[in-house]
Amino acid sequence: MARVVVDVMLKPEILDPQGQAVQRALPRLGFAGIADVRQGKRFELELEGPVDDAALARIREAAETFLANTVIEDFTVRVEEEK
Amino acid sequence: MTARIGVVTFPGSLDDRDAQRAVRLAGAEPVALWHRDKDLHQVDAVVLPGGFSYGDYLRCGAISRFSPVMDTIIEQAKAGLPVLGICNGFQVLTESHLLPGAMLRNESLHFVCRDQKLRVENAATAWTTDYTVGQEISVPLKNGEGRFTADARTIDELEAEGRVAFRYLDVNPNGSINDIAGITNAAGNVVGLMPHPEHAVEPLVGTGRTDGLGFFTSILKQLVSS
Repeated sequence: MARVVVDVMLKPEILDPQGQAVQRALPRLGFAGIADVRQGKRFELELEGPVDDAALARIREAAETFLANTVIEDFTVRVEEEK
Repeated sequence: MTARIGVVTFPGSLDDRDAQRAVRLAGAEPVALWHRDKDLHQVDAVVLPGGFSYGDYLRCGAISRFSPVMDTIIEQAKAGLPVLGICNGFQVLTESHLLPGAMLRNESLHFVCRDQKLRVENAATAWTTDYTVGQEISVPLKNGEGRFTADARTIDELEAEGRVAFRYLDVNPNGSINDIAGITNAAGNVVGLMPHPEHAVEPLVGTGRTDGLGFFTSILKQLVSS
């Protein structure tokens, strides 16, 4: 089965207090040198059929209308290569 | 005959009964609407109540927005049906694009529950005519994802057109842009806000004031006179 990954991130200009909280916690836990953290969502979609242009177009549509809220979030769609 | 005001129940709605009660106390007839039913049963207006519809999965309001009842509400709201979205209902309205912007996690990352002072900024919407511009009211507020945001152009537009309906006073509980607590669409029939007017309709409970009742008496007057 083919897998398509949709990553959804808050737009760069949107404040991400969750990411900030993680970033502040890192040095306390001994993980130094991390300047910034942004937290997002990853969706793994297993397709029944082949990953062709039509399938990818439908997934982009799903990402745009449902998986991401494009008022506040950006998304990327990529095909995960089989190992 | 009085006006019939529908209150939608989604799986995970919490405040649907309180909203029905507020409608009844204002003198209108509450009608329970079910998320899977496309039929609005001839209601004259709709309230989308607070709660955690569909467990807030994906994003608050993101799944409710695609429920059968919302198909009809979106279509009729565009044709002028008055709709009030409270808290989760406000989130459903932004996800439906009936109102602009979106809601984010509170800046503090804490769920906030308090009596919240608000200033009425627009007393001309279908839901706010019983208030006056500049009036200060106090109603309960309880949310974890109430930080209203939108791009700068949308905010400028909302401000210029007087479409910020309510603003937080004293404390901004969630970090919303310009202290925005609630907004209206351009036509004034769709209003959304994070605080809960339906919890401030009887002196016995909530803030001990009835500052929220005006939402429900406003719409009733509007419907009866039209």
